[in-house]
Amino acid sequence: MAATEPDLKAARLPAEAYARNFADSHPALSHNQALVEAERCLYCYDAPCITACPTGIPIPDFIRKIANGNLKGSAHDILEQNIMGAVCARVCPTEVLCEGACVRNTPEDKAVAIGALQRHATDAVLDHGIQLFAAGAPTGKRVAVVGGGPAGLSCAHGLARCGHAVTVFEARAKLGGLNEYGIAAYKVAGQIPQREVDYLLAVGNIAVHVGQRLGHEITLPQLRRDFDAVFIGAGLGAVNSLGVADETVRGVHDAVAWIETLRQTGDLSTLPVGRRIVVIGGGMTAIDIATQTRRLGAEDVTIVYRRGPDNMGASAKEQRWAQINGVRIRHWARPSRLLTQDGSVSGVEFEYTTLDTVGKLLGTGERYSLAADMVFKAIGQLLVPDPLNDGGSALLDLDAGRIRVDDQRRTSLAGVWAGGDCAAGGLDLTVAAVEDGKRAAVSIDRFLTAAKAHG
Amino acid sequence: MADLTATLAGIRSPNPFWLASAPPADKAYNINRAFEAGWGGVVWKTLGEDGPPVVNVSGPRYGAIHTTSRQVIGFNNIELITDRPLQVNLGEIRQIKRDWPDRALVVSLMVPCEENAWKAILPLVEDTGADGIELNFGCPHGMSERGMGAAVGQVPEYVEMVTRWCKQYSRLPVIVKLTPNVTNILVPARAAKAGGADAVSLINTISAVMSVDLDTLAPSPSVDGLGAHGGYCGTAVKPIALRMVGEIARDPECAGLPISGIGGINTWRDAAEFMALGATNVQVCTAAMTHGFRIVGDMIDGLRNWMDEKGHATLADFTAKAVPKFVNWEHLNLDYVVKAQIDQDLCIGCGRCHIACEDTSHQAITREKDGKRHFEVIDAECVGCNLCVVVCPVDHCITLRELPAGSVDPRTGRVVGGYRNWTQHPNNPSR
Repeated sequence: MAATEPDLKAARLPAEAYARNFADSHPALSHNQALVEAERCLYCYDAPCITACPTGIPIPDFIRKIANGNLKGSAHDILEQNIMGAVCARVCPTEVLCEGACVRNTPEDKAVAIGALQRHATDAVLDHGIQLFAAGAPTGKRVAVVGGGPAGLSCAHGLARCGHAVTVFEARAKLGGLNEYGIAAYKVAGQIPQREVDYLLAVGNIAVHVGQRLGHEITLPQLRRDFDAVFIGAGLGAVNSLGVADETVRGVHDAVAWIETLRQTGDLSTLPVGRRIVVIGGGMTAIDIATQTRRLGAEDVTIVYRRGPDNMGASAKEQRWAQINGVRIRHWARPSRLLTQDGSVSGVEFEYTTLDTVGKLLGTGERYSLAADMVFKAIGQLLVPDPLNDGGSALLDLDAGRIRVDDQRRTSLAGVWAGGDCAAGGLDLTVAAVEDGKRAAVSIDRFLTAAKAHG
Repeated sequence: MADLTATLAGIRSPNPFWLASAPPADKAYNINRAFEAGWGGVVWKTLGEDGPPVVNVSGPRYGAIHTTSRQVIGFNNIELITDRPLQVNLGEIRQIKRDWPDRALVVSLMVPCEENAWKAILPLVEDTGADGIELNFGCPHGMSERGMGAAVGQVPEYVEMVTRWCKQYSRLPVIVKLTPNVTNILVPARAAKAGGADAVSLINTISAVMSVDLDTLAPSPSVDGLGAHGGYCGTAVKPIALRMVGEIARDPECAGLPISGIGGINTWRDAAEFMALGATNVQVCTAAMTHGFRIVGDMIDGLRNWMDEKGHATLADFTAKAVPKFVNWEHLNLDYVVKAQIDQDLCIGCGRCHIACEDTSHQAITREKDGKRHFEVIDAECVGCNLCVVVCPVDHCITLRELPAGSVDPRTGRVVGGYRNWTQHPNNPSR
């Protein structure tokens, strides 16, 4: 390999290191640990943690049930509100949601470990195959769900429980959406996303068709014709651009796509990774790609974010996690130029940034460069609107580039609901997508029941 | 530095902490370790009459109530009196007293309710050099079915009779250990005094079934599928024991009868409370069984530091000082008014005070103010019941504030102040 070539290599680590590096980053609580932690819950009245949970899980109740040895009841409390409670227990930024609201933070700066307790209860029913839900009596109504991610599956489950026949159309080969394809492997070790999907589908009344992309194998007008209602939870198909030249040069990657490759690679020692990595962005995806490339053996991984630590989409806990994994985070700089050599990226030139008197981000004109064998874009995703058009005219109203929905997750088009990342106004979190799907299912059921009543 | 020397019924010990007659005090090995750790005295586990040794179960002897995080708050046993030969025990008692002359060594006894049985054993004990005897009239299981232990303690005539025999046939001080499994503790206490007891000790364990195993549907601890009631003790019984100690301490007929306080004593604080309510010393078992003998270190040092802080030079300076303040309900001042008050700086917003008051008491705590979560006492509804103080997880966040004399209670509209108890109250029909 010539010295000028990017240093990309598989098997940077000893074979046994991969299993260790990608194993569960936060192992499950033991029975005893769970009891001790459960006892810390004060069983608040009108608890702030419930308010802070996008799905409104009755947290003090489920924790009390753990303490009292009623794990099945505990899991029911969780899954009734959030059918993807097992994955959410692992991936939710609890420090800014339920745990951030825990009153224990006030006197002792240490919240009850709600996420870990939620995992304890939900794992129990998943591990023992205890089905807590059943499909409703058939209503004869049919609903199409586009996208088998958290929003779509949550909606499908809710509808199936109401007795509607649901068909899920998924573009990829597996269900689970970003749980399966877009989250760091060590957060969801042990095939938990697929086990959760299996648990969810076991309720019955849900047919699944994979390899079905909206705008290709299926179209919105056709689904509207063939089904009584349609829910769109298709996620976001494109990534933001850096706004610099040569963005398509070899070595510049979309972080989401690369995480997808990593997640679907059986033997991680076969995955080539650079020696020097630059990640541009400040959200969870930036943390996940940076930390995972470090754990694949990259030597020098730097996240560069254009504003300060408080502005990052990734929580302070996530930032610390990257840092203890040896990732360097540099703030207040934005990419100004990609450095290339022989058709491959060789580094990134950054310009320092600052805020003007009204808080607008400005370049200072000063610059520095970082050498890189791989550059990852983790600066957010975009909705691809084409599949929502019909012969050039838009079928659905958008809002800031995403599908406009109301509080019941109804779109501007009758009979069509939407939720998850493709819908406007969300939090871009699994838990928020689940809530979208749940609310849409309630609204769709109401709509279908009314339609039935009117014959 | 405060002097912790305690003298009960003429028996002196360097501190008031004795190990109660129980499994920790069954043999020389344990007692040597206890004295090395600093215990002031020991009541040797109950000896029975000479003959074939007592037989214990070989299944579980103990059961417990745990908190969720496995703290033991209640404990129970179905063990009997010592199951070692009488001569072995007597030999070890003699040796221990010789090795530890400054510590109190009392021997617990339980033999059949016959004069000859007591007459036979008393000289043997006296011969060991032990400082005194304690009559086990309290054990509620196993031995009581054979007419001993609580079966004696529950019949005042027997208490008096056996106490008298012991005083007659021994020159050792006699401590009578009372069972709480009676309706009125004063009856056996007065009987002991009538029989000439030098002191009483209480409480022995409370008859109890600890739990039922929900898999086997048998009482726990279960021995080969069956469970028997046992004797309950530990933290949970402390209030029951305190009350019984206080009843005897304030009883004019029991005046002058020293008390050794037993029941749920875990810490120097517990000990100080028992002594303030009339006990001359205390006996401990469960706390040692769950944590080892080393706990006495904090008991000694904590009590001494507290006494120094309060200016008590000797135990007598605070012993029984709470007794005159222990009265019956009818003597409480009905014109005394308090209101709960929440320190908003300490409040963590858990809302437990609100829901407790709202659901089960007087609807006297708000849940919001100006549309925001906020917990505040409504004086016009608050009866000062203390429930919110009890349920609040933050120490000193909710306190009771005394309304000043002359002010008006917004709940009743009445002027606060003065003293009027039930015996003086106009609503009392039998006044």
